[in-house]
Amino acid sequence: MSAVHALSWAGRRDASSSAWSRQQRWLAGAAIAALLVLAIVLAAQFGAVRVQAADWWPAWLRGETTRTSGSAHVLWQIRLPRLLFAVLIGAALGVSGALTQGLFRNPLADPSMIGITAGAACAAALTIVVFASSNHVLPIAWRPWALPAAAFCGALAVCFALDGIARWITPGSITGLLLTGVALNAIAAAVIGLCTYLASDEQLRSLSFWTLGSLAGAGWWLVAGLAVLLAVGTWRALRLARALNALALGEAAAGHVGIDVAVLRTRCVILVALLVGCAVAWCGMITFIGLVAPHLARMLIGADQRRVLPLAAAVGGALLLLADTLARTLAIPAEIPVGIFTALIGGPVFLLMLYGVMRRRGGV
Amino acid sequence: MRSLSERQQRRSVLGGLFAAAALVSVGGVVNAAGAAGSSVRSPRRIVSIGSALTEMIYALNAEAGLAGVDTTSLYPPAARALPNVGYARSLSAEGVLSLAPTQIVATEDAGPPAVLRQLEAAGIPVAILAANHRFDGMLERLSKIGEITERSPAAAQLAQSLRGDWAQVQAQVASRTAVRRGKLPRVLFVLSHSISQVMVAGDTTSAQAMIEYAGARNALTGVSGYKPLTPEAAVAAAPDIILGTEQGLQAAGGVDGLLRLPGLIDTPAGRARRVMALEATLLLGFGPRLPAAVRELDAAFAARMG
Repeated sequence: MSAVHALSWAGRRDASSSAWSRQQRWLAGAAIAALLVLAIVLAAQFGAVRVQAADWWPAWLRGETTRTSGSAHVLWQIRLPRLLFAVLIGAALGVSGALTQGLFRNPLADPSMIGITAGAACAAALTIVVFASSNHVLPIAWRPWALPAAAFCGALAVCFALDGIARWITPGSITGLLLTGVALNAIAAAVIGLCTYLASDEQLRSLSFWTLGSLAGAGWWLVAGLAVLLAVGTWRALRLARALNALALGEAAAGHVGIDVAVLRTRCVILVALLVGCAVAWCGMITFIGLVAPHLARMLIGADQRRVLPLAAAVGGALLLLADTLARTLAIPAEIPVGIFTALIGGPVFLLMLYGVMRRRGGV
Repeated sequence: MRSLSERQQRRSVLGGLFAAAALVSVGGVVNAAGAAGSSVRSPRRIVSIGSALTEMIYALNAEAGLAGVDTTSLYPPAARALPNVGYARSLSAEGVLSLAPTQIVATEDAGPPAVLRQLEAAGIPVAILAANHRFDGMLERLSKIGEITERSPAAAQLAQSLRGDWAQVQAQVASRTAVRRGKLPRVLFVLSHSISQVMVAGDTTSAQAMIEYAGARNALTGVSGYKPLTPEAAVAAAPDIILGTEQGLQAAGGVDGLLRLPGLIDTPAGRARRVMALEATLLLGFGPRLPAAVRELDAAFAARMG
C-alpha cells in the first residue's frame, strides 16, 4: 500500500484494536450534532433581511390565510428552504463521498476529483446547449426534470466508464483508477468548455450557473423531494456499509467472506450517481465537501462505514450550511459563490485534523 | 423649545418649496404638487439591474426612487454610492429584498431564473426590458422606464431631444460615408479584461452595432458573439483601427501593452498605432448617451482615418 494510502486511512487502525471507545464515539457524534444545530441557528438568524421573533410563527398559526409578507415571507419562503436545502445537499455530497472512498478503497476518490461531478455538469451543459438549439423542444412540464435526469445519466456514465476503463487499462491498480478518473475529469471539463464556446448568450447565462454553483434555487418542493431522495439513499447506503467494511480489506478478502463484489460495486455506483447527479442538477458544481466530510467523520469515529456514512452526512450538511451562510451574508446585499467558502472552510479544518491525527500517531 | 420647533417647521417648509421648485424646473410638464404628493403617498424604491437602465433613471431625474443598482451601473458616478446588489447574473433574492424594493427593473442578463421567481413570489414586480443593439430599442426601454418611474412626459421629452440629436449624428456620419466612397474603415473591437483572455467582437455584438452606427465596419465578420482572439485571425482581419474600452485598455497596460498581444502589431492599425478606447458603459451600454457615444466614435474614426 502506498504511503498516501496508509496516511489518509489513519482512521482504519481501529478496525482490530478498537482505539475509539464507545464514549469517544458518543462524544464525537454529539459534537457534530451540536455543530449542525449551531450552524442551522446561525444561518436562520443571519441574512440580508432582519428577522423578528414574531416572524417565526408560521402563517397558519397567526390565522393569516393570505400569503405572508415582508420579513416573514423572506424567512419562510426564501431563507428556511435554502437553509434546509444546503444541509440536504451537503449531506448528499458527504454520503456520496464516503461511498466513493469506500468503493474505490482510496481516500482521494472524491466525486469531484474523479470526474463524477464534472460528468453530471457536462451532461447538463450538453442538454442546455444541444437540446435548446435542436428543434425537439421538450414539453414545459418535463423541463424542470430534464436537467436532473441528464445530470444523473452523466454521473452514471462517468461512474461506469471509470470502473470499466480502469479495469481494462490498469487492472487492480488503485493509482491507475485515480489517474483514469483524473483523465475523465479532464475530458468532461473540456466538453463543458466546448459547450461554453458554442453557447449563445442566453445559454451562457444558464451555463454560468452550473459552473459557479449556487443554492439560490431552493424551494419547499425541492427540499421535500431531496429529503426523500436522501433518506432513501442513506438507507440503501447503510445496507451496503457492512459489505464496504469487508471490501476495505481487499476484493479477495471480501469475496472470501461471501460478498459479491460486482453487485456491491454496481449498487454503490448507482447510489453515488443518483446523489451527485441530483446535487449537481439543482446546485451546479459544489466541490470539496465530498472529499472532506468523510475524512472528518473517519478522523472522529474511525473507519466503520456504519458510523462513517451518517456522520459524513451530518458533517457535510454542517459544512455546506456554514459555507452558504458566509456566502449569503458577507457581501450583503450581493452574494458570493458558495464554492469559494466550501474550500476555504473545509481546507484548513481538514489540515488541522490531519495534524492532530499525525501527532497522536507519532508520525506517518 | 417652541422656537426650535418653529424653526424646524420653517426649514421643512422651505425644503419642501425647494423640492417643488426643483421638480418644476426638472420635470417641466410634471405637475409639481401632484408629483410631490404621490411621492409622499408611496415612496418608490427601484432596484435597477443594468447600466443603461440606471442611466435612464438618472436622466429622468428619478434617482430619488433608486434603492439599489448592480455592478455594471457605473454611470453617473453618483450611482456607485448606492447599495450594490452584485453581479446581475448571480443575484441574491434576500439581498435584493433587504433593500425593500417596490419595483425591479432588469435587462435579460439578470438571473439566476430561480431568484427572479423568488422575487416575484415575494410580491415585487420584476420588469425585464429586452435589450437589442438598436437606437429604437433604446427609446422603447426609455419609455418603459418613464412609465415605471411615472415620468412619462419627461421620458417623451428626452426621447424627442435624443431623436433630434440622433438625426444630426446620423447625417454627419452619412456625409462622411459619402466622402469615403465605400472604403469604410475596418475596426477591430478588442475586449480585454485580462491579458490572458482577450476577446474580440464578431457579428451580432453591441460593439459591431456601434462600429456600424459610426460609419465603419467590423473587421471581424463570420463569427458571432465575442470570441477569443487568435493572432492569425487578427492579422487576417487587417483592421485599420483597434477599438477597446478604457477599462480594458488599462488592464492591458495601455496602448503599448495592448499592441504586445500576439498578432495585433502586425495589422495596419498596430503598425500605425491607431488604437482608441471609450469608457465601457458609454461605448457598449446602449443607454441615453448613445448619440453622444456615436458622435465621439465618428469623430475619433475621422481623426485617425480622415
